[in-house]
Amino acid sequence: MAEPFRVVHYVNQFFGQIGGEEQAHVPPASKAGAIGPAVGLEAGLGGHGQVVGTVICGDTYFTENLELAANQVLTMIAAFRPDVVVVGPAFNAGRYGVACGAVAKAVTESLGVPVVGGMYGENPGLEMYGRYGYFVKTRANAAGMRQALPEMAGLVLKLGQKQPVGAPEEENYFPRGIRVNYFAGERGSRRAVDMLVKKLRGEQFTTEYPMPVFDRVAPAPPVAAVSAAQVALVTSGGIVPKGNPDRIESSSASKYGKYDLEGMAALRADTHETAHGGYDPVYANADPNRVLPVDVMRDLEAQGRIGALHRYYYATVGNGTSVANAKKFATAIAHELQNDGVHAVILTST
Amino acid sequence: MRLEVGSIFIKDVRLGEQTVIDRGVLYVHGEELVEKLRVDDRLASVSVEVARPGESVRIVPVKDVIEPRVKVTGSGDSFPGFTGRVHTTGEGRTHVLKGMAVVTVGPVVGFQEGIIDMSGAGAEYTPFSQTVNLVLDCRVRSGLTQREHEEALRLAGLRAAVYLGEAGRSVAPDELRVFESHPLGQASDCYPGLPRVAYVYMLQSQGLLHDSYVYGVDAKSMLPTLIGPTEVMDGAIVSGNCVSACDKNTTYHHQNNPIIEELFLRHGRDLNFVGVVITNENVTLVDKERSSSYTSKLVAMLGVDGVIISEEGFGNPDTDLIMNCRKLEARGIRTVLVTDEYAGRDGASQSLADADPAADAVVTAGNANALIALPAMERVIGQLAPVEKIAGGFDGSLAPDGSVVVEIQAITGATNELGFGRLSTKGY
Repeated sequence: MAEPFRVVHYVNQFFGQIGGEEQAHVPPASKAGAIGPAVGLEAGLGGHGQVVGTVICGDTYFTENLELAANQVLTMIAAFRPDVVVVGPAFNAGRYGVACGAVAKAVTESLGVPVVGGMYGENPGLEMYGRYGYFVKTRANAAGMRQALPEMAGLVLKLGQKQPVGAPEEENYFPRGIRVNYFAGERGSRRAVDMLVKKLRGEQFTTEYPMPVFDRVAPAPPVAAVSAAQVALVTSGGIVPKGNPDRIESSSASKYGKYDLEGMAALRADTHETAHGGYDPVYANADPNRVLPVDVMRDLEAQGRIGALHRYYYATVGNGTSVANAKKFATAIAHELQNDGVHAVILTST
Repeated sequence: MRLEVGSIFIKDVRLGEQTVIDRGVLYVHGEELVEKLRVDDRLASVSVEVARPGESVRIVPVKDVIEPRVKVTGSGDSFPGFTGRVHTTGEGRTHVLKGMAVVTVGPVVGFQEGIIDMSGAGAEYTPFSQTVNLVLDCRVRSGLTQREHEEALRLAGLRAAVYLGEAGRSVAPDELRVFESHPLGQASDCYPGLPRVAYVYMLQSQGLLHDSYVYGVDAKSMLPTLIGPTEVMDGAIVSGNCVSACDKNTTYHHQNNPIIEELFLRHGRDLNFVGVVITNENVTLVDKERSSSYTSKLVAMLGVDGVIISEEGFGNPDTDLIMNCRKLEARGIRTVLVTDEYAGRDGASQSLADADPAADAVVTAGNANALIALPAMERVIGQLAPVEKIAGGFDGSLAPDGSVVVEIQAITGATNELGFGRLSTKGY
């Protein structure tokens, strides 16, 4: 048999056999081998995987020092060089659930190792961190351990042996919000009519795409002195120097560009164009100022109505670009603008 | 309205001395076809090639796909408003060359056209790997605007389909289906006890290479209106639209709208299919508000209990989709939405640009951002170079050996939002 894959298990002070609530303040500790539920979990791995270490932390300590504790636990877990990390199961214990979720997040982001856990549907840790691991659905309390451990072990086995994990309903874990394509048995038009018939009959139906919950961004306070402000232009309308030097994609952009406006009174058809594939480009190409209003900004600058137009503008393509990429670009661009002393930004879309 | 649709099964298409159907083979007189197309002097050259299912062929960049049909009896022509008189169509008898398609190829904007692979991994994602395709590679003379270029290609495809459809006029069809819809007054009372259902058919209307036409009218300039489902089968709706080709309805999709087919199939059994409302997806907020309000009012006037709403495209039109849904649900009319997703290559992002709790019944046609590796093909019809620029492609998409990595977004019809295919998405 091949060398067993390496599992590290994270548990709280109670399941780590340190003590009850009176020990909830203890900082993280690392122990070799399997302790508490890790023993049962390991039994379910049939010798293919081995729990090489258990990391234990008090729930209060963790939640009161969230960032620090997550880092400490991460360091201890990393030292065991795991192939799979297991957290919990936390059932409906709120602090424990949050700790398990935060460990899952840290492990996913820093180690890139898959995480398996278990929680009850209403555990706040699930909503906060559910996307960072395969969390099997458990009962509300530890009476559900007997059900949870074999299901968690099944997932650990698959992940440890690099086998594909089945759909959430097959393996009884909470969907992580990862959208995966597959070919359904019936074509979409038939599925739609079936769904409508059920909905009209008042029968149970399952939507194929549960509606997301949107971030709401509170508007920033008004700029105090616009006439003294340095104002930047940022666009998702794809205006780039002619030839698209950074090769920003016409759809699903993976990058943005930063371009110099020094000495330009306005954009022109022979200097700039759009790389955006999602709208009629004719008008933007004929006069790129329609999407990135450099001409008007120069007027405002000359009239003293703004302090200055920032020397650089930033552009990406907002066509089919994922929210995750958009957030990443925005964070990086905002950081640079702040460092450059920009006071206000005009965002143009299409 | 009663339409008989007679399908002539076409097993193969070959170039020949005359254009004729003989025992399931369509022979095409290539020169005569090209001559018919050259009435449009904007076309500089047209080359004609055949691509068959299973062949090692890549067709790119694809502008439109059209099914050849011919009006045998009844008023109107195949594409009213474009290739003949503007008479109302949708009645009488129509013959269809089933199993084949006309595919127009040629870069118009250069980053807004699609890919059809006749074999390999990509073939599973496009319905047009299953049809024998007569491919027209159209080059236009220099000095045309992109709008003129688009129109020249659009008309070439329609004219070719009409020319080929004519070969089926007197051929006995292999299959005959009858589609009948009743006048509204009677339709509502047809099947007491069954829920009354309508179809809200959203048409892309955002501008160049994002346009659709109804009886020759640009859909962006129309108010939402009623249309007979059989009119759609006769080519009343034409595509001018191929950007992010995965979820754009080609003319072929309109001619074979699977939601209309399915509603006919279930009519009298599970539901009473009362009518179809077409609406647009314009870019300004005032247009979106007007069209969605007018659509929900029209549907309410039909007195139906529920609707299916199909979107075309993504992003900006997600707003139209959600507005239509919200306003209909607010009137107590139940909705099912058909859309696709842009969840990022890792599937971890939010899929739609707009959302509402009222949209509780959604069918998804897949995540268009998912990556796919397409093997090199022995033959390329059109040009391979635009692959890196088309929506869904990126810098590095095209390997020197001709193999390609793109998002399925680039594949014609991959995530069609009429629910033409079986692709869907699950949350993992």
